Order: sequence, then structure tokens, then C-alpha cells
Amino acid sequence: MQQTIKAPEVQIKEFPLFEGAQNYERITEQITRIPMERHPMAWTIMFGLGFIGATSLVMALAWLLINGVGLWGINQPVGWGFDIINFVWWIGIGHAGTLISAILLLLRQAWRMSINRFAEAMTIFAVMCAGLFPLFHTGRPWVAYWLFPIPNWLAMWPQFRSPLEWDVWAVSTYFTVSVLFWYMGLIPDLAKMRDRAKTHLQRVVNGIFALGWRNSAIHWMRWEQAYLLLAGLSTPLVLSVHSIVSLDFAISIVPGWHVTIFPPYFVAGAIFSGFAMVLTLVIPFRILYPKLQEYITMNHIDWMAKVMLATGWIVFYGYLCEMFFGWYSGVQFEQFLVVNRFFGPYWPAFWALILCNGIIPQVLWLPKVRHNLLALFIISIIVNIGMWLERFVIIVISLHRDFQTSAWGMYTPTFNDWWLYLSTIGFFVMMMFVFARFIPMLAVAELKELWYRLYHGHNGHAHAPATQHAPAPQGGGQ
Amino acid sequence: MAHADTTPKLYGLMAEFETPEQLLEAARRTRDAGYRHFDCYTPFPIHGLTAAMGVKEAKVPWTVFICGLLGAIGAFTLQVWTSVVDYPLNIGGRDLLSWPYFVPITFEGMVLAAAFGAFFGTHIYNRMLSYYHPVFNVPQFVRASTDRFFVCIESKDPKFNRDETYRFLQSLNPLSVVEVPE
Repeated sequence: MQQTIKAPEVQIKEFPLFEGAQNYERITEQITRIPMERHPMAWTIMFGLGFIGATSLVMALAWLLINGVGLWGINQPVGWGFDIINFVWWIGIGHAGTLISAILLLLRQAWRMSINRFAEAMTIFAVMCAGLFPLFHTGRPWVAYWLFPIPNWLAMWPQFRSPLEWDVWAVSTYFTVSVLFWYMGLIPDLAKMRDRAKTHLQRVVNGIFALGWRNSAIHWMRWEQAYLLLAGLSTPLVLSVHSIVSLDFAISIVPGWHVTIFPPYFVAGAIFSGFAMVLTLVIPFRILYPKLQEYITMNHIDWMAKVMLATGWIVFYGYLCEMFFGWYSGVQFEQFLVVNRFFGPYWPAFWALILCNGIIPQVLWLPKVRHNLLALFIISIIVNIGMWLERFVIIVISLHRDFQTSAWGMYTPTFNDWWLYLSTIGFFVMMMFVFARFIPMLAVAELKELWYRLYHGHNGHAHAPATQHAPAPQGGGQ
Repeated sequence: MAHADTTPKLYGLMAEFETPEQLLEAARRTRDAGYRHFDCYTPFPIHGLTAAMGVKEAKVPWTVFICGLLGAIGAFTLQVWTSVVDYPLNIGGRDLLSWPYFVPITFEGMVLAAAFGAFFGTHIYNRMLSYYHPVFNVPQFVRASTDRFFVCIESKDPKFNRDETYRFLQSLNPLSVVEVPE
């Protein structure tokens, strides 16, 4: 029935996706002008801070290469310390980008159009940060090519029955596909930048990267087919990536890791943390570039907060399941793990996790909080911290006291652990600001298509909402 | 041939429209008038436009499908060949051909190859990286990426006749009709 198909768009009538009077010209101008004009002082400051972080990352890695992973706090029994925690944390953050760009596209959620470009950029930079950690955790990153099936003088092949090897394939595929998907969506917008360029340099550079795109209908058709197919491929891909990451744990017999709930629970956690990071970034970027506020409205922010609330509950359900299964397994080691999480030496991490991920996000039930940018910003940071703590709890608490009491130990991160971790955040910030400087931050073509479909699609167009007969170009949003 | 010797070589005639609806109508009528070598230019994808133009094509989906299939077969074969034939390793007493363990990488290989197929397939069929194209010679064509909608009937169309085609395009009520020099 037609009514069911139209439902989301009727809803959008009540919650406009655009603010202010819009038309094709304005949407294009507002977004493509940002990279072409002078940037606010805050950009320079933030980029500078990020640049310091990125420089510090290079130094941290150089120091690590000189001295080896003995600089870190990892030991026996806790061989997976900060590196794997940070790896899972960053990869999880990346997943919201793919969720927004691919899954919400397939679900025909029109509100994704304003945030997909931004979130995909976040994905790419987060995966870059993620990849560093396992690479350097190998201890000898210069032979990391052994992880790939490249014929070599040892006549050895990777061990394809190991989830760690699956990880290599999953993460590298994920990165590659994310870049392709992102660039695919970017090409028509780079052509817009080329056509509107104010200087020769802008025209040439954007023109080169636009690959000669000329807005042909036949090209658009193939572009759309490929875009939809890439979304269809990315959707199972993103689920597979974090499922495989969780199998790194679940395939072992370590107490607390050998749990069948891990794959869906990890995926939900990834989306939870990813949406938190999108909010952490979008809120200041909206202030820094007020033009974005016309397209990333308070409704978008509200929906992102709701997704965060929902996935937060899935994650919390995961925690409850872990506790229940720990008890119900009847295995003393699993039961001990639950008690050890509650009252063991790392109890502050566990209870802080429950506070950050379980209790504090509940204020998002209140519409007032969801419309308070400062509150949302703080909550999103708390969730980011909470999701980091979750990985700390899973990795360190399980490893530090497993079966034999004689093999128990403690793990304390060192200065070098923190140095490397905080530096990757700096690198991430720098990359986000580089992105904002040179690339249209929102998907212009997709926004215009959406605007046409929602507010301008009279004349009995198939997708036009029946109640929206607003032929005037300034009819958008009110 | 239709054009006289004195005329410069012509790529085609281009008509400019203000709204997607007008363009859809124009595309349909161009098609109905018997033209086959023409293209539309729009700032964003318009649903139903290629249908109105009479263009039907599934090259990209087929490319993606075949690439995905080859990727899956390739990744699975790679794992079987290395783990069973070339360097058999006993991992925890599992069968050498422990195929369930090969599923994740088979899947990733499928996705990777299919994504490459989608990206490069699209751009190869679109002849991307050809930075020069006659349509860029039209001054108002820059607006094709902002807010104008164009139809261009190409001179290689057997039905193309400079004057008749010009009159035909004028009958579609465009904002303008211009020549596109080669």
C-alpha cells in the first residue's frame, strides 16, 4: 500500500530536514563555499592542536620502534592491553559512519543525507587510527606483510583458521570499501566545486579529483546503481567487521570472552560509540560553520540522540546477559569473573562503565536534554569514555585473573600507552579539520535530490508526499 | 550531410530547462521523436529520467555480481590451496579442509572484489578521466551542477538535422537552445 511507503516522508513534514528558505542554488552555494573561503580562527586553532597530536603520534611511534613494545604495560598474563582496547574502540567509532551511509540508505531514512559525508570521513580516519594499534602490537610492523598471502622466501602462508587473520582481511576490506564508497559519493560534489571555483587552482584541483564528471543522466544512473550496491555490500561488511573483531575474543576459552552473544553485542556497542562520536564532532562543527545548521537541524541531532539511547540499551542488555550467563554457566571461572568485575581490583573501571553507558545516557529520554547541545555534547563524551572502559573491562579483567591463581597478574598502562593513545586522538582531530577545509562536508547532490523529493516534487512525482504541494522554491522547511 | 562546409563541427544541440519536470517531459518527447543519441545533464539523480530517455542498462549490477563471485571463489580457493595443498598445517587437529573457518575471508574477498567492481566498473563505463568533453564548451553548462537541467541531442544521431532539431528543441519550451561545438 502506498501509505506505508510514504510514512517516513509524512513524518518528515512535521520534523523538517531543512531550515530556512532553500533552493538548489542555495544548498549548493552554502556547502561548497565553505572549503573555498577563509576559515574561522577556531579552525586554525583546532587544526593546530590536531597537528601537535599528529606530530606527537609520529614521535610516539618512532620511540616505540626504537625501544620495542616493552615500553607498554603489557605483560603475562595481560598481553592485550591498550593496543587492543584502542583498536576495538576506534574501529567501533568508525562503524557509525557506515551505519549512517549504508544501512540508513537502505532503510530509506532521509535524514542520513545531511550527515553521511561527515560520518564517512569520520569512519575513514577512525579506521586509520584503529589499524595502527594491531600493526604495532605485532612488535615488528616492518614484517606486517606476512599477514597477507604474499609468496615469500619462508614459503609460509597466513594461518587462515585464526580470527586474527580474519581481522586483517575484515579491517583492510572495510577501510578500502569505506574509501571507495566515500569517494564515489564525493565525485559529483567535487564537480560542483570545480564549476563554482573562484580561483584557477581550486578549479584545477577539484577538476582533477572530479574525474571529468559532467552530470550526465546515464552517468548518474550508473552512479546510483553502484552507490546502492556499495551500500548493500557495506551493510553486511560492517556487521562482519565487528563480529570478526568479537570473534578474536569469543573463539578463545578465556572466561568472559567465550560468549555467543559477543558478535551482536559488539556491533551494537560499535554503533553506540560511533553515534556518540558523530555527536561529539557535529555539535562543535555546527557552531564553527553556522551554515551547516540549515541542513543538520535539531531534528537530526534529536534522532542521533535517540539512536544512541536505543543502542545503549542493547549494549546494556549485553552486560546483563554476560552477568546472567556467567552465573548460569555453572562454571566457577565464569562465575568468578562476574564477581571479579564487580569487586575485583579493577572495580572502578566496571562501575564507571555502568555509570557512563548504562545510567547517564538515560537522561536522553528527556526531550529537553536531546535539544540541549551542551548536555548532548557532554553525554556523547561520557559515552565515548564508557565504550572505551567497556573494552578495558572485557580485555583486562578477563585476562588478569583467568584459571590458575598462580598465573594471575595486574596490568597498569604506562606513560607510553597513554602517549600513543592520546596522540591518535590528535591525529583524528587534525584529519577531521583537514577534511572540513578541503571537501564539501555534506553530500550536496544527495541533499538536493532529497529536497526536490520532499518539497518540490509536485506534478504527481512518484515519491512526492501526497500532502506536500509546495511548488514555490522557497517552500522548504518553513 | 546536413551541415554546410562553412559551419564548425558540431557535437550537438543543447536545450536548457529550469525544472526536473520539464526535463523529464523533454526527455520523453525527444525519445518519442525518434532520437537515440542524446543525453540529459542534471545536478542530482532524477528518478525516472533514464526510463523517460528509454535507456535501460544493468551493466554495473552484473559487473558487481561477477566480481563478487570471482572474489569469493578466489578467496576460498586461496585458503584451500595454501592450507591444504601448498603448506598443510595441523592447527589444533582440525581437518585440513576445515571450510567453515574459511567462510569469513571468503566473504571479505567477495565484498572487496564486488566493491572494486562497483567503483571501477562505473567509472570505466562512464569513460571517466576524460577531462575534455564538448558539453563543457557551453557557457551556461556550469549550472548543470547547480540548478539547471539540460538535454543535448548529438549530431551523430541519424535523425539529427541542424535546423529541424533546433526547431524541435525550441518546441519543448526551453530557456535556451545552443550549439555545442566539438
